[in-house]
Amino acid sequence: MKKDESISRSIFRVCNVCMMIALMIVCLYPFLYIIFASFSDAAELLKTTGLLLKPAGLSLEGYKAVLNNKDVYTGYANTIFYVGVGTTLNVIVTALLAYALSRKTVKYAKHMMVFIVITMFFSGGMIPTYLVVKNLGLLDNRWALIFPTLVSTYNLIVMKTAFMGIPDSLEESAKLDGANDIIVLFRIVLPLSTSTIAVMVLFYGVSHWNSWFNAMMYLPTRRGLYPLQLILREILINASTDNMMMDSSSGARASLEDVIKYATVVVATVPILCVYPFLQKYFVKGVMVGAVKG
Amino acid sequence: MNNIAITPQKKKAGLRMGGLVRELATNKYIYLMALPGLLFYLIFCYGPMYGAIIAFKDYAPAAGILASPWVGLENFKQFFTGMYFTRTLFNTLLLSTYQIVFGFPAPILLALLLNELQGKYFKRTVQTITYIPHFVSLIVISGLIIDFTMRDGIINDIIAIFGGGRSNLLMRPEMFRRIYVISGIWQEIGWGSIVYLAALGGIDSSLYEAARIDGAGRIRQTWHVTLPGIMPTIVVLFIMQIGKVMSVGFEKVMLLYSPATYETADIISTFVYRKGIEEANYSFSAAVGLFNSVINLILIFAANTLSRKINETSLW
Repeated sequence: MKKDESISRSIFRVCNVCMMIALMIVCLYPFLYIIFASFSDAAELLKTTGLLLKPAGLSLEGYKAVLNNKDVYTGYANTIFYVGVGTTLNVIVTALLAYALSRKTVKYAKHMMVFIVITMFFSGGMIPTYLVVKNLGLLDNRWALIFPTLVSTYNLIVMKTAFMGIPDSLEESAKLDGANDIIVLFRIVLPLSTSTIAVMVLFYGVSHWNSWFNAMMYLPTRRGLYPLQLILREILINASTDNMMMDSSSGARASLEDVIKYATVVVATVPILCVYPFLQKYFVKGVMVGAVKG
Repeated sequence: MNNIAITPQKKKAGLRMGGLVRELATNKYIYLMALPGLLFYLIFCYGPMYGAIIAFKDYAPAAGILASPWVGLENFKQFFTGMYFTRTLFNTLLLSTYQIVFGFPAPILLALLLNELQGKYFKRTVQTITYIPHFVSLIVISGLIIDFTMRDGIINDIIAIFGGGRSNLLMRPEMFRRIYVISGIWQEIGWGSIVYLAALGGIDSSLYEAARIDGAGRIRQTWHVTLPGIMPTIVVLFIMQIGKVMSVGFEKVMLLYSPATYETADIISTFVYRKGIEEANYSFSAAVGLFNSVINLILIFAANTLSRKINETSLW
């Protein structure tokens, strides 16, 4: 009986490890494929079918085309602006509001909280929001990608919870020494919440980096303001690699298009993937903070 | 506000104002700090809620919201009787249901399997690698899906090896939901398992010992100790999932669908986008959007009530 169980147990273990290895391959391979394909020779890539285990012929043709594409540069610059300025404002406004909501001495804190939480359950919808942005004259304006997403209620609650966890005695003693709320926030509360702030920077930063839909909606005619993701969308999904192809002959067009596509993905994604391993612990932490709160 | 209204000695309007002013004065920095954030909510959350009344009007941008004529439920009637109502509602609910039935249990299963792994480094490696798809932007993910499901893409290569015919999978309406759900699992399985793994780590190990002494095997231990241990987490995440039913993967559908697959892929939110932003049919699409929001609200409350009854766990 005992032996039976230990045999079935080892079988289970072996199967489990095999499944995990299969899962890792499935999660990793598509990205390896992109990297291999991006270094491939266009004509060779067209000939190969099935799995790619190394670049098909070696060529930097794709990367040359990407680096000659002005859109990629402006996209990068715009995204850096949206991530940088957007995240900074997000974190400042969220921290200020979270501080106000976390103070027990504030009489209307509860009312403010209700005012905010209502928006989690009900929203006016896409079209009325679009009309608000339009009527404010923000269409085709950089700030249309920053103001309408200034505070995320979820992040606000995470931050408020963190601020509430700081012992009152610290604040009280500071107040006895004549500190006002601004000093309490910047000298006591924020320095004690650096890891929460790191999580906030990450959450807001990543959402700006990945955002494309608002840009598509709010920047109808200003292509020069497009973030990188929208440029990527044109290249990957609308397959408009045309303007990159000006100087190649039309015969090589279709095949070169693929290589350019993959090279663009690599150029747009690798910088972020290189940063992620270092940020991962903050991400995991952030997920946990949210989960505890529910 | 309640206290002030109820306490008899403060009934006078002047006194009430005095209280407000005093409170604002004592905590002036606090309210100043809250101001930018509250303005954001007022303009970009309550503004659209007010703007949603155009669903009951025939909104003309030149006239503005107030001056546009009321039309009652005309826009809703047009939607409910139109040919797109059943299609978009059905597609939204079906896509969400598939997502929940197949997508929701996947991370739980992964967490249970990861929990059984022996080597610490192996476990960590599996986790790190399965997070990757979550970190890559949706545009890139969708580009990949489009590429791999093309006629000469990898997935078709694999189908061909097993003797199947090649086709552009994303152009086949009957494949859309499958592609959407399977790729969704691939994207989120690793990331989604984090929360469950943490919950698993929190289970008291003496419970397992007790179960073992009572003669429970591994499977019974999982059933009687592990699952009840992570049930509260499951319930909370499930309610949150239900709250997303009506807004199911709007961006991903936008990126993956095409007129060829509208039949199964067109959901309410994508319909709103096409009608509202592309065709500038503001009032009609606002009505459709409002319908969506209301259904969503009902679903959240229903899920919460249900879980409070069954599990005594709820969000509020």
